Amino acid sequence: MIAPRYQTAFRLYPYKKSPAQDAGTAMRHPVVIVGGGPVGMALALDLGKKGIACLVLDDHDGVGMGSRAICFAKRTLEICDRLGCGAPMVDKGVVWNVGRVFREDREIYSFNLLPEDGHRRPAFINLQQPYFEQFLVEEIRLQQADGLPVEIRGQNRVIGQAQQDDHVLLDVDTPDGPYQIAANYVVACDGANSPMRQMLGLGFEGRTFEDNFLIADIRMTADFPVERRFWFNPPFNPNETALMHKQPDDVWRLDFQLGWDIDRDAELDPDKIRARVAGMIGQDTPFELVWTSIYTFRCCTMKDYRHGRVFFAGDSAHQVSPFGARGANGGIQDIDNLAWKLAAVIDGDAPDALLNTYHEERKHGALENIKNSSRSADFLTPRNPAHTLFRNAVLDLVETYEFARPMVNSGRLSVPCTYDSSSLNSLDGLPDGPDRSRPGSPCSDAKMAEGFLLDHLAGGFTLLAINAPLPSDIDGVAVVSFSTDKDPSGPLAKRYLGPAPGAVYLIRPDQHVAARWETYDAGAVATALQKAKGGA
Amino acid sequence: MADLNLSPNLPECDDFYAALLETHEGLEEAQMHALNARLILILANHIGDTEVLTQALQAARKSS
Ligand SMILES: Cc1cc2nc3c(=O)[nH]c(=O)nc-3n(C[C@H](O)[C@H](O)[C@H](O)COP(=O)(O)OP(=O)(O)OC[C@H]3O[C@@H](n4cnc5c(N)ncnc54)[C@H](O)[C@@H]3O)c2cc1C
Repeated sequence: MIAPRYQTAFRLYPYKKSPAQDAGTAMRHPVVIVGGGPVGMALALDLGKKGIACLVLDDHDGVGMGSRAICFAKRTLEICDRLGCGAPMVDKGVVWNVGRVFREDREIYSFNLLPEDGHRRPAFINLQQPYFEQFLVEEIRLQQADGLPVEIRGQNRVIGQAQQDDHVLLDVDTPDGPYQIAANYVVACDGANSPMRQMLGLGFEGRTFEDNFLIADIRMTADFPVERRFWFNPPFNPNETALMHKQPDDVWRLDFQLGWDIDRDAELDPDKIRARVAGMIGQDTPFELVWTSIYTFRCCTMKDYRHGRVFFAGDSAHQVSPFGARGANGGIQDIDNLAWKLAAVIDGDAPDALLNTYHEERKHGALENIKNSSRSADFLTPRNPAHTLFRNAVLDLVETYEFARPMVNSGRLSVPCTYDSSSLNSLDGLPDGPDRSRPGSPCSDAKMAEGFLLDHLAGGFTLLAINAPLPSDIDGVAVVSFSTDKDPSGPLAKRYLGPAPGAVYLIRPDQHVAARWETYDAGAVATALQKAKGGA
Repeated sequence: MADLNLSPNLPECDDFYAALLETHEGLEEAQMHALNARLILILANHIGDTEVLTQALQAARKSS
């Protein structure tokens, strides 16, 4: 028997007994993914699309209810485009650009994310996490009909593991009792309290922040603008902060900082919450409480994201504070990084060493996310008199002096990580080229005469030539050629050429730049390709 | 690499010192701290050089 640990919003993969449960021996799978949250499901879709059979085990039969992630970043949407489900997310999501910051009852400044032109996707959308997960699972279902080799088993809880020489043996509990599964590789996407991490006896270190936040998701039809509103010391929540943000379905996320010493039960009393909400949105504005919870947060990471045949991705590997929306967005970048590497090694196309670079690159990404989200937390939750002194100094200055605006830190919103010192990069052969496209960086999208650049970079390794002659057939890479003749000042030229007349880029399957040159050289490309696949 | 200038550099240093004291005139202790914090941020932005600022932070911390 497995007791549910939380309520589900959508039942997407109800328990069905698998013949494997009666087989008597453990059936072998190339990849088993433990945990079907956003990270596990995205990984399954990515691996499946690359032809790698994988099995997802989740201990529930659907998507968890309640308020967690709402802000999904452009890079996440681009990855979901590559997986096939970006469009329904953007169609359902709320696009926003303007953020306003208030102190007491005055607006002290506002910002506009002012998305740069020439990208398919906006800087951010707001979408309830259950929808995000639902769209991933629906895409898996759709592609399963065309043979996507992904299987999802609901109410399958992993309760034990043993690493063998060439596989991992998992003990799995189900409503019909336990059975065993053997896996060549296991990816633990089982969330911040990761049972896999605990079963392996591995640590999760970092900082817990001494603060509580009350989340109230409310439904109201009042005509508030579609903006992110943030308050320091508002009259309705003195000495603390508050946040208001729109989600689809007329739902709004309200967030109230409560401080450390609180009476949880008293704070969760619906009458008390209603009074707080009315203080924020106005006494006469009708609303309905959709979901409420109190959360505390920590910034933690594992030491290593690879342990033999077991990998950790998403919250199981690292956890951040919600400021900056770096949790799910960071986790999706994890699987973007891991899927092609795992597929290449399983297909015998790359050495096992390539898998070590998953840890190398994504630990770097996680530390960047932790640094940023910890700094936001320090600004919002000053921990000593000096923190308070300088935070208030910034807030005092910001109304009068523009220079102080960038110092106000109510969350540094997730941007994709550049793998600057990755061992997969080759020396920059276009040093005067645009900095944003240097080796290690994620490719910027660019509007083309037809469609968008990223659509052309959605397969395996790609050689992208701009105003540079290329042979039409090169071993091991797809070839894509463009000319900027008709549009010399367009986004493609700006983002990829800079002062250079032409350029050749070697792009990884996760759309990160591995190498770039001014012209094509067969030997240089072959060497860089080998390096990008983890061969020295 | 830019270096923090730790040699005398203020032409009218007595005037500046007097102005600094005058700016704090009549403030409570908490208000003084707040003013100094704002002053630091204004000056840091003007200097605008991370290396110089890092050296300044270290110099200030060392001399207590
Ligand atoms: C208040 C709040 C606001 C947030 N806002 C944002 C935001 O705006 N943007 C953002 O990007 N992120 C945000 N986050 C973070 C985001 O919710 C998480 O980073 C994200 O859910 C991590 O996904 P995951 O798949 O790694 O883990 P989870 O979503 O935790 O999924 C883990 C899955 O594993 C399953 N599982 C657990 N144990 C087992 C087992 N033994 N066997 C089988 N299955 C198991 C669980 O049932 C679950 O389905 C927010 C978080 C909170 C709390």
